[in-house]
Amino acid sequence: MTTESAENEGLLVRRIKNGTVIDHIAGGEALNVVKILGITGTTQEALSIATNVPSRNMGRKDIVKLTNRELSKEEVDRIALISPRATINIIRNFKVCEKKGVEIPTLIEGLVRCPNPGCISNTNEPIRSRFRVQPKGLHCCYCDWVITSDITGHII
Amino acid sequence: MATRHIISIGDFDRKEIDRLLDHAAQIESKNYDENALHGRILAVLFFEPSTRTRMSFESAMARLGGTSLSVGSVEACSMAKGETLADTIRVVSGYADAIVIRHPKEGAARLAAEFATVPVINAGDGAGQHPSQTLLDLYTIRQSMPIDGIDIALVGDLRYGRTAHSLASALSLYNARLHTISPRGLELPAAMAAGLAEKGMEIIEHDDIRDVIDSVDVLYVTRIQRERFPDSASYFNVASSYRITPELLAGAKKHLIVLHPLPRVDEIDPRVDASPHARYFEQSKNGVPVRMAMLMQVLQ
Repeated sequence: MTTESAENEGLLVRRIKNGTVIDHIAGGEALNVVKILGITGTTQEALSIATNVPSRNMGRKDIVKLTNRELSKEEVDRIALISPRATINIIRNFKVCEKKGVEIPTLIEGLVRCPNPGCISNTNEPIRSRFRVQPKGLHCCYCDWVITSDITGHII
Repeated sequence: MATRHIISIGDFDRKEIDRLLDHAAQIESKNYDENALHGRILAVLFFEPSTRTRMSFESAMARLGGTSLSVGSVEACSMAKGETLADTIRVVSGYADAIVIRHPKEGAARLAAEFATVPVINAGDGAGQHPSQTLLDLYTIRQSMPIDGIDIALVGDLRYGRTAHSLASALSLYNARLHTISPRGLELPAAMAAGLAEKGMEIIEHDDIRDVIDSVDVLYVTRIQRERFPDSASYFNVASSYRITPELLAGAKKHLIVLHPLPRVDEIDPRVDASPHARYFEQSKNGVPVRMAMLMQVLQ
């Protein structure tokens, strides 16, 4: 099916029966959202991704649909780091049962690698990286390094 | 009550620093209980070389009636067998009442505090924090002048020098004005300078020590490490222009003090030692009362 015919039929991504739809993701960030959620190529669930979909409010947006899995609040809040306007829809039997926005967490653990090669969190110690979310960026709780840009580039 | 650790000077507010320095002054005037820490054991875990910090912590513990345990060299301990720091800390927590740690990785002391069941004192973690050095630096300044509003010049390696970073951070609580003089490539990290400026600190960069020698109250000199330069010739070239000499100090304020965390190599001409400005050996000696106050804070 060509993109044009898909648009004509209004069917870019099929509806899902049960699972989670993440809507209003900033255009081009869908793959990073999937990465943040820890979904890899070996996932058992059906995963649909639409990128650069025209949006009235956002110009263009991305959408991620994940079947048979309801994401927890902790999981979805991580998305806020790269896409604070994202909305989460929990789908049960084709109906939206819950709709919520994302909140930027105050602390993120095990998601981002500290760029400081001398940081203890980059060794074989039994700890997860830990960053405090601050207005100027992500502050490493171990070595005080601050990531001010390209957060997605540091996702583990 | 939560275990009290001393990890970073940034964990202290001004009142806490002043209280600790007051206590150190009381100790220095021999007004303390020599058996205050009798029966208490301090584990000294140094994974990097040290002379002053290590010996002054051991001396501080002994003067308070306590004892110290140490592992000797890194090669002689289980870390050499691949044990994690987390496990080492958990084990050592069972042998001692407090741990003082120096480690090459930044954040190591914070990790240690997470796994320890006894107080942890950071004695330097990589290019990170060295709070006991900062406290004794402040103590030494305070012996000569009130810290508030001083003009201080930080000279040397301001990029990797953890003592300079910690001191600058603490001085932001005292409305000090910071003058920085460092070789190209070894300047104060931009993020650090921005953080200090946010706290209201005025920072002025200079190319030459002679530009500020007549206007500063404190000259804080740090070692420029030879390994930061591609060859010996370029090191000597740079190092010679950052050398403190009696001739340079001839133009200084009468009350100017010269500090250095030591060891020094070529940064300060030995002829300066006899000058009334030289305070670096006094500064080193102050490590004992300041660390005694720190030990009492975490162990009592």
